Amino acid sequence: MMKKSRRSFLKVAGIAAIGLGAAPAMNFASTNAAHPVKSKNQTALTAHRWGMVIDTNKVTEQVVEHVMEACHKAHNVPDFNHEVDEEKFPNTRPVNHKQELKWIWEEHFKYAFPDKEDEFLAEKFLDLPFLVTCNHCKNAPCVQACPTQATFKREDGIVLMDYHRCIGCRFCMAACPFGARSFNFRDPRPFIEEISPGFPTRTKGVVEKCNLCSERLAKGELPHCVEASEGAITVGDLEDPESEVRALLNENYTIRRKQSLGTEPSVYYVM
Amino acid sequence: MTKNIILTGLGIFVLAVLSPFWFNMVTTTQAKPSPELLGKAKTEKKCVLDKYDMRANHMSLLDEWRDSVVRDADRMYTSANGKSFNMSLSTGENSCLGCHEDKAKFCDSCHTYASVRPYCWDCHTNPKEIE
Ligand code: HEC
Ligand code: HEC
Ligand code: HEC
Repeated sequence: MMKKSRRSFLKVAGIAAIGLGAAPAMNFASTNAAHPVKSKNQTALTAHRWGMVIDTNKVTEQVVEHVMEACHKAHNVPDFNHEVDEEKFPNTRPVNHKQELKWIWEEHFKYAFPDKEDEFLAEKFLDLPFLVTCNHCKNAPCVQACPTQATFKREDGIVLMDYHRCIGCRFCMAACPFGARSFNFRDPRPFIEEISPGFPTRTKGVVEKCNLCSERLAKGELPHCVEASEGAITVGDLEDPESEVRALLNENYTIRRKQSLGTEPSVYYVM
Repeated sequence: MTKNIILTGLGIFVLAVLSPFWFNMVTTTQAKPSPELLGKAKTEKKCVLDKYDMRANHMSLLDEWRDSVVRDADRMYTSANGKSFNMSLSTGENSCLGCHEDKAKFCDSCHTYASVRPYCWDCHTNPKEIE
């Protein structure tokens, strides 16, 4: 056997020690390089604060119908007038129409703007249809009321619901001065004519409301109501002075619902 | 005499004690579920994470995905293996069910075996089930 000097032994041992350290160092470098990344789609529409302008002069009964249908179909909002398929859903109990669910709907002037009702109000307002929905308030009371943070304000101003966290306590419904929220008193599925695969349904026991089509904005598409409204609804960035909504607000006299409450709604009505 | 009695007694005792093993030998029990890669998942080579990581951690991955989508508005996931996914449980081509097209033979085969009943499907829809 070859006789090793102390010197050559130390040399080999030293190189081996470097080798021992190298493996963890390389591992460290490589895991750092390949970390999963979460990001927005490149085509996503973004804003500092999303807002909506509704031109009441362009809202007709027909527009209301189209808008409601487009929104409710796409988001699987149940329609209690839909005849239940007895084969698929046997023994469905009769509906209570007071428990209907809605994301965007028609309202009379006196209910939409109760503080602006007037004995001598221009007659045309008496039977004009007004489209109302969640106002995505800047100071949203529902967000403050929610005990689980299921309702929250997203960075871009949208008041959104995380249905996974909703416990159905309905504090948000009590807090919302606009009645923009509905509660699922029962399983909605029997009352959905055709389930749209693009958005989950809800279950019994959660609250729901308009999400400003955040699933569409993420793909670079405008909300369903905008598309179906024949130009009556515009959605855009309230904080961008160059935006279309700001141009409309600049050129027209607009009002918001129950402004005196201080919730700062983000939905404006051109009168 | 007593020797024979003791020996037969012992024999019966051993047979009885080992009865679960005999029982298992004659009956067939499915030892473990075999989730099948069907549809798009058959041609694709890779999942979001590697196989064993998926097997052990897909529930936490889904949890991460839904928080990212719903709360942070981030819907793209670029995985450590270089592939990107439009984070979704069942909507779109590269959602879990968009790739694992047969939920019953994939997800459910494991879940039934393990008695896991995810409540996700109360809301989320299986595109194959709504024809
Ligand atoms: C682009 C297609 C694709 C998508 C999207 C996808 N998978 Fe997979 N998945 C695969 C493939 C291919 C495999 C097999 C991987 C392998 O053999 O290395 C796999 C494996 C798995 C396994 C392990 C199966 C086993 O035999 O142990 C689980 C669990 C799984 N996927 C769940 C999911 C979940 C949950 C999602 C959604 C978050 C998802 N997959 C999204 C293609 C996909
Ligand atoms: C390899 C077997 C296997 C496959 C394939 C698989 N799962 Fe699972 N999954 C499990 C097991 C086991 C659990 C329970 C883990 C636990 O409780 O710790 C689980 C739990 C879950 C949970 C959490 C449930 C809860 O109540 O906490 C979800 C969500 C889930 N799986 C979704 C999926 C989806 C979607 C697919 C198909 C794309 C899938 N899984 C495919 C084995 C599997
Ligand atoms: C009460 C109804 C409900 C239940 C129950 C539910 N979800 Fe969701 N989930 C939703 C809604 C609504 C969205 C928002 C969809 C969007 O914005 O595109 C969503 C979004 C998601 C997303 C991201 C987007 C997408 O299309 O998938 C993931 C991932 C997700 N949920 C996973 C789960 C998992 C896993 C479970 C079960 C453990 C579950 N969800 C249970 C309603 C529900």
